[in-house]
Amino acid sequence: MTEQGYIQARRSEPWREELRKSMKAKERGERARVHMPELDPEIRSHSLKDEVNLGLSAEQAVFEAARCLDCANPTCMEGCPVSINIPTFIKNIERGNFLEAARILKETSALPAVCGRVCPQEKQCESKCIYIQKMKKEPVAIGNLERFAADYERESGKVAVPELAPANGIKIAVVGSGPAGLAFAGDMVKLGYDVTVFEALHEIGGVLKYGIPEFRLPNEIVDVEINVLRQMGVKFITNCIVGKTITHEDLHNDGFKGIFAASGAGLPNFMNIPGENLIGVMSSNEFLTRVNLMDASNPDSDTPVQMGKKVAVVGAGNTAMDAVRTARRLGAEKAYIIYRRSEEEMPARLEEVKHAKEEGVEFYTLHNPVKYEGDETGHVQKMLLQKMELGEPDASGRRKPAPIEGATEWFDVDQVIVSVGVSPNPLIPSTFKGLEVSKWGTIVVNQDTMQSALPDVYAGGDIVRGGATVILAMGDGRKAAAAMNKALKEQN
Amino acid sequence: MNKIVDKEYFSENVVKFEVEAPLIARSRKAGHFVIVRAGDKGERIPLTIAASDVAKGTITIVIQAVGASSKKICELNVGEYITDVVGPLGQATHVENYGTVVCAGGGVGIAPMLPIIEAMKKAGNRVISVLAARNKDLVILEKQVSEYSDEVIVMTDDGSSGQKGLITNGVEMVLNREKVDLCVTIGPAIMMKFVSLLTKKYNIPTMASLNTIMVDGTGMCGACRITVAGKTKFVCVDGPEFNAHDVDFDEMLMRLKAYN
Ligand SMILES: Cc1cc2nc3c(=O)[nH]c(=O)nc-3n(C[C@H](O)[C@H](O)[C@H](O)COP(=O)(O)OP(=O)(O)OC[C@H]3O[C@@H](n4cnc5c(N)ncnc54)[C@H](O)[C@@H]3O)c2cc1C
Ligand SMILES: Cc1cc2nc3c(=O)[nH]c(=O)nc-3n(C[C@H](O)[C@H](O)[C@H](O)COP(=O)(O)OP(=O)(O)OC[C@H]3O[C@@H](n4cnc5c(N)ncnc54)[C@H](O)[C@@H]3O)c2cc1C
Ligand code: SF4
Ligand code: SF4
Ligand code: FES
Repeated sequence: MTEQGYIQARRSEPWREELRKSMKAKERGERARVHMPELDPEIRSHSLKDEVNLGLSAEQAVFEAARCLDCANPTCMEGCPVSINIPTFIKNIERGNFLEAARILKETSALPAVCGRVCPQEKQCESKCIYIQKMKKEPVAIGNLERFAADYERESGKVAVPELAPANGIKIAVVGSGPAGLAFAGDMVKLGYDVTVFEALHEIGGVLKYGIPEFRLPNEIVDVEINVLRQMGVKFITNCIVGKTITHEDLHNDGFKGIFAASGAGLPNFMNIPGENLIGVMSSNEFLTRVNLMDASNPDSDTPVQMGKKVAVVGAGNTAMDAVRTARRLGAEKAYIIYRRSEEEMPARLEEVKHAKEEGVEFYTLHNPVKYEGDETGHVQKMLLQKMELGEPDASGRRKPAPIEGATEWFDVDQVIVSVGVSPNPLIPSTFKGLEVSKWGTIVVNQDTMQSALPDVYAGGDIVRGGATVILAMGDGRKAAAAMNKALKEQN
Repeated sequence: MNKIVDKEYFSENVVKFEVEAPLIARSRKAGHFVIVRAGDKGERIPLTIAASDVAKGTITIVIQAVGASSKKICELNVGEYITDVVGPLGQATHVENYGTVVCAGGGVGIAPMLPIIEAMKKAGNRVISVLAARNKDLVILEKQVSEYSDEVIVMTDDGSSGQKGLITNGVEMVLNREKVDLCVTIGPAIMMKFVSLLTKKYNIPTMASLNTIMVDGTGMCGACRITVAGKTKFVCVDGPEFNAHDVDFDEMLMRLKAYN
């Protein structure tokens, strides 16, 4: 059956027809979008671990689910990089079958509780919803509903461990335990493969653990997903750096028949301006790793972290927002975002920008640091900011910032967090002989199969895309699993 | 979890451990290091691999208790476990037959120097090791070092062992005496700075192994960054060894105090 045919067949099931008729489309369309309850900004800006978004109640979820018109041509699905069957899961919520909704999500998404929280929904599925496209109204809260269904399943204690195909004894290695690696591992173990995930750090989860803070994505939620994978038989080996601890040849000699490289984009960019190596200037990776992975703000932890009073974060992506909001929570009296373009061009999710503002973060747009100066102990004290203006759009379609001649100002700070992007981790590209690597250091793959220039090595996520998103990384993992399975079946 | 199979005190504050780590033992080379963590709340700290035994599947580390984390590790006993050991990290030492090599190791820098001394000797070099410490008790591994050295010169601040004086005095003595092709130096940053200034004066190529603050040790955080020949480098992936004459030691000394 074609995908379209499959969508239609599900839509024509009797219960769906009945549910559609149970309320007039007009009535559905008149409902206002249910807004996600949030923790009070004053309380949350002092709490590192309490989640900001509190989740929908069952009543709220059912009410919101009824807004969805169950379109014959669900354009929302085109906006989801993994084509989740959105109306099918939402209609299951509407009829109160929450576990079934979660099951539908898991047909396509390996980590729905994660994506429901961190997907840039407003740019993806929700931006293609008929409400916003045709009716000029707020879209159905697809992301919030996704989170609801996944959370309901987890809290019910009835997390379904998917059925596994009979073990085929074929050994598969995964490099990196971020969303790309986890999604790939999940699909391959379901297909009967013997899957081992190698992770360089002492924790499983990649950016989901060391990058994204708990107030947006609690570790417990990631751990539940990892435990399901464990129960399914995936083996995790931490503290093992592929390319260092074990090599590509070692993997061959140990009998691994396929390798999925999902080593992410872990290398922080700096701006190479004077004073950037002063004490108190650090990458967002360092700051977030100390706080999230090492729990450094907890007095019981041996790892230290600087907690500035006047903290400037340079950049305006998700990472910058996470860093600045974390700095506020660690006690910064003043926390700033310094960004060289205007608010319109900010790459961070709208919700993150909104939350940051509510938490008292101040935004200095059209400003760019050009140098730092320190005190006699080498600790950063102030930064020189260059004022910028926007010129013509560049290749990315965003208007290019240009310095305004002579317009500079000194700005007092005691901590600076540089968050101007990351580059691919060079270890796998440089130690796997024969890989094709782009000028950006990403691994070049066949877009349809995620296969690299080395036939047994597939790759996906940020190591292929540069900095991207959780859902795209996961999508790559699933695509690679399907293609690798096909290739291995053909070999045998 | 990596089991400790042997422990020996070199001095009150310097401990040698032999730890199970078969994969690292197999893949490590002279100059590599590991990151270790003790306990769930433990910090990740870098330690040089001093030796390894592939057959036993163990690596040897020598650690000096200088602060909370190194103390915690020194207190572990045989049969107990180090929570995490990851490696081998960094670039291996570039070993070839240079001719005459002076290996200048200070304090606990002697331990990471040992595998380099051994590798340099095996590559056919004439190896002169200069070991320095505050006093006799802190001169570690003298016997092991002499096994692979053509000559060992010991310098102590108080003259309680070898000659009285600084490491630079010992190195300069050799430089005045004979033609030296390479100097390798490992120890406290301040010591490496002065060794480097000295060998620069004599125009002797010099490598220093830097011990900056680290977190992940895989190039992910930038905590370990320093300036070498005007460019920012990450010690954990680009190093730990660099051309000493290009290293901005003053910046390194400053950055080492970030958490004091
Ligand atoms: C702070 C922050 C906030 C973000 N917020 C969002 C958001 O809100 N929404 C969103 O969609 N995306 C967000 N992103 C981006 C998203 O997290 C990434 O695109 C995604 O995690 C990429 O997944 P991955 O599996 O490719 O790599 P990663 O998650 O980076 O995982 C790679 C893993 O591989 C390990 N590794 C690397 N090299 C080796 C090796 N040689 N051997 C063994 N292991 C290795 C690493 O230690 C790491 O654990 C954010 C990123 C950051 C840093
Ligand atoms: C690549 C590399 C290899 C290393 N190899 C070894 C090794 O083989 N054996 C070993 O004992 N150490 C080694 N170190 C240093 C070791 O990592 C630090 O001593 C340790 O991290 C200190 O942690 P701490 O919490 O105990 O002390 P902290 O609380 O961090 O520091 C306590 C005090 O000691 C000072 N200090 C920190 N490091 C050093 C140092 N190396 N020498 C002198 N003073 C220092 C600090 O400035 C501070 O004043 C190495 C470091 C690097 C980067
Ligand atoms: S995975 Fe992301 S894009 Fe897809 S439906 Fe869910 S929230 Fe939307
Ligand atoms: S486009 Fe909007 S209303 Fe239509 S099916 Fe998708 S979510 Fe429901
Ligand atoms: S220790 Fe993190 S980059 Fe070197």
